[in-house]
Amino acid sequence: MAYKNYILVCAGTACESNKGKALYEALQKEIAAAGVEAEAQLVKTGCFGFCEQGPIVKILPDESFYVKVGPKDAHEIIAEHIVKGRKVERLLYKEDKPESDPRSSDISFYRKQLRIVLRNCAVINPEIIDEYIARDGYAALEKALFEMTPDEVVKEVTDSGLRGRGGAGFPTGRKWQFTKNTPADQKYIVCNADEGDPGAYMDRSVLEGDPHSVLEAMTIAGYTVGANCGFIYIRAEYPLAIERLNTAMAQARDYGLLGDKILGTDFSFDIEIRLGAGAFVCGEETALLASIEGNRGMPVPRPPFPAVKGLWGKPTVINNVETYANIPVILLKGSKWFSSIGTETSKGTKVFALTGKINNSGLIEVPMGTTLRDIIYDIGGGIAGGKEFKAAQTGGPSGGCITAAFLDTPIDYESLQSIGSMMGSGGMIVMDEDDCMIDVTKFYLEFTVDESCGKCAPCRIGGRTCYNILDRISKGQGVPEDLQKLKDIGHAMRKASLCGLGQTAPNPFMSTMKYFEEEYRAHIEDKKCPAGKCKQMLTYTIDPEKCVGCTACARRCPVSCISGEVKKLHVIDQSKCIKCGQCYAACKFDAVKKV
Amino acid sequence: MAENAACCACSESLSEEETARQLEEILEEYRDKPGGLIPALQIAQSRFGYLSETVLKKISAAFNKPYSEVAGVVSFYSFFSTVPRGKYLVRACLGTACYVRGGKAVLSALKKELGIDVGQTTEDRLFSLDVGRCFGACGLAPVIMVNDDVHQRVKPSKVGELLKAYAAGEKGDAQ
Repeated sequence: MAYKNYILVCAGTACESNKGKALYEALQKEIAAAGVEAEAQLVKTGCFGFCEQGPIVKILPDESFYVKVGPKDAHEIIAEHIVKGRKVERLLYKEDKPESDPRSSDISFYRKQLRIVLRNCAVINPEIIDEYIARDGYAALEKALFEMTPDEVVKEVTDSGLRGRGGAGFPTGRKWQFTKNTPADQKYIVCNADEGDPGAYMDRSVLEGDPHSVLEAMTIAGYTVGANCGFIYIRAEYPLAIERLNTAMAQARDYGLLGDKILGTDFSFDIEIRLGAGAFVCGEETALLASIEGNRGMPVPRPPFPAVKGLWGKPTVINNVETYANIPVILLKGSKWFSSIGTETSKGTKVFALTGKINNSGLIEVPMGTTLRDIIYDIGGGIAGGKEFKAAQTGGPSGGCITAAFLDTPIDYESLQSIGSMMGSGGMIVMDEDDCMIDVTKFYLEFTVDESCGKCAPCRIGGRTCYNILDRISKGQGVPEDLQKLKDIGHAMRKASLCGLGQTAPNPFMSTMKYFEEEYRAHIEDKKCPAGKCKQMLTYTIDPEKCVGCTACARRCPVSCISGEVKKLHVIDQSKCIKCGQCYAACKFDAVKKV
Repeated sequence: MAENAACCACSESLSEEETARQLEEILEEYRDKPGGLIPALQIAQSRFGYLSETVLKKISAAFNKPYSEVAGVVSFYSFFSTVPRGKYLVRACLGTACYVRGGKAVLSALKKELGIDVGQTTEDRLFSLDVGRCFGACGLAPVIMVNDDVHQRVKPSKVGELLKAYAAGEKGDAQ
């Protein structure tokens, strides 16, 4: 059954919440109305990654890439493109350059990407197992079960150089080896889908767009280490991903790819979903296991590592979603192929969620070793509004900032660590000249303070103390000794905290103090916020040259501290001003200045 | 587990007997499951809207755990509530991407519009307000979630309209 055209419609969370569902239904209706069911097949796919431009519709074989498509556009797409073969020019994605080519593979956003983890996202319908199978799905499981011994699987994964994508970068093959070699009557496979870092949604997109790849990999892991039971611990904030996982598991069981006697062998393996209940610390592996056991999600000191003593005290392989998604490809294409991609110490690709002040925000996958410049300027299309790049934050609340000086550093686990940040799970938040580093750092610390489980003192007390210091600095009450104090407490937290959350909580301020010391000094010594974010340090004034006396600011001021008559200069009474910024937002003549 | 823990779909309050019966059903399924406590709590909350003392006591008895231990688990996780919540749980995302794109202003608008603070419920038990830690829809920042619906690129000035659609009993996402 070959269709002349395939119409791929994104059904990721981003596009679905933007009338994507209605768009799909409208296209369905239009196809029926035009009577072209036999020529065009409508396919609901996972995330295209280019969320900024969603909802996205891609038409094959000519790769027309339609963006910001609404239900209203369905008629034109079917009537023009499908029936008459004429592209709908106004909906095609256009780049800001003269030689712009509408084929999707030529778009700058995609050109430097290499999609291994996201190989099926935006290609197949995640709710139909046959589409996954048609793309070599479950072939890796078959190969492992019938052609490979568990030791050979471990060797293949080890040789590939794959390292954990959840942040720490531990070699996956070695983890599997530990669990495999530990004798026990029961072993477990766990998938960490508790994607808690703010600004990161790689795992969500993989689970929504290609859930079978994770199920297949977990089953392979089960065969390899000798486990018959798996858990996927997923955030309850991801309802669509949960739904698609449930659908995928039911289909896999129907096909004999999950459950008893998989593919007719003696190997049985099944998976259960466990929902998170809103605790960030559960992303830490020992806390996650405690949560699956039904307890408060508090970390315990390692060793023993979960690979040896994990869930209910049994050896447990725990990997993150993105790590698992790499496994089937590695078994099929071989470790040699995989290890040819990337840098000396970091193999393969990494998925990043590119967000913040960037033109093309979205989900991207690049080979390890790609530079930040390539990511931000080529793929990301530069900084929104033509502003100046200030820093990119990676690693979430545990990470640090990469400044303009490091734009050309090839990104891998080691290089990021050496410049004071970390790979983390893959959130990459771009900040411009308007973002104040003290404000952002305070935001991250507020997050870790709130999410600290309170078990150990360095994290519980140290975090709170540092937050209070930063809060003071942002309010213009900082003193010069504060910087040294932050450093001292930060060092103590790194050394003495029980788990990763506390050990890495100081990273945001340690990194910003190193690279943006000037900004800290401006706040502390000059009582000024160069980015104009820290409200308590701002002074709003009205430029006499520009004020036309429209009274807009005076009418908006909640404390009536702006005086002036119609068509005459207005003045702000600084003693009464509460620095709410409403006058600044109200002025249409750019006359209100903040300094 | 078909039901979603995040959603509080309890529109009408159930009678005491009905609550007891439904709870028994849930406990029957989860009491012998390893680590079944949290799923049981999640389903009970989604069914009854919140976890009352009576419900928690029954759960602790069924799992053969001290009440203090069950209460400890409930207070640890931010999704569990021991007070009644509104029909619609409105969560404003304050993840990094939303934060740098104005998530705080959206939260202020929500507070003003609903007349409640974070963690509170409106008097008519229609809306509860909470903050979220990132819904993974960062490309669309700032984002809010109303039960399971994601609303993207929310403007503070449009918040009132959005809430009104829910109050009017419609689904509200204009789809």
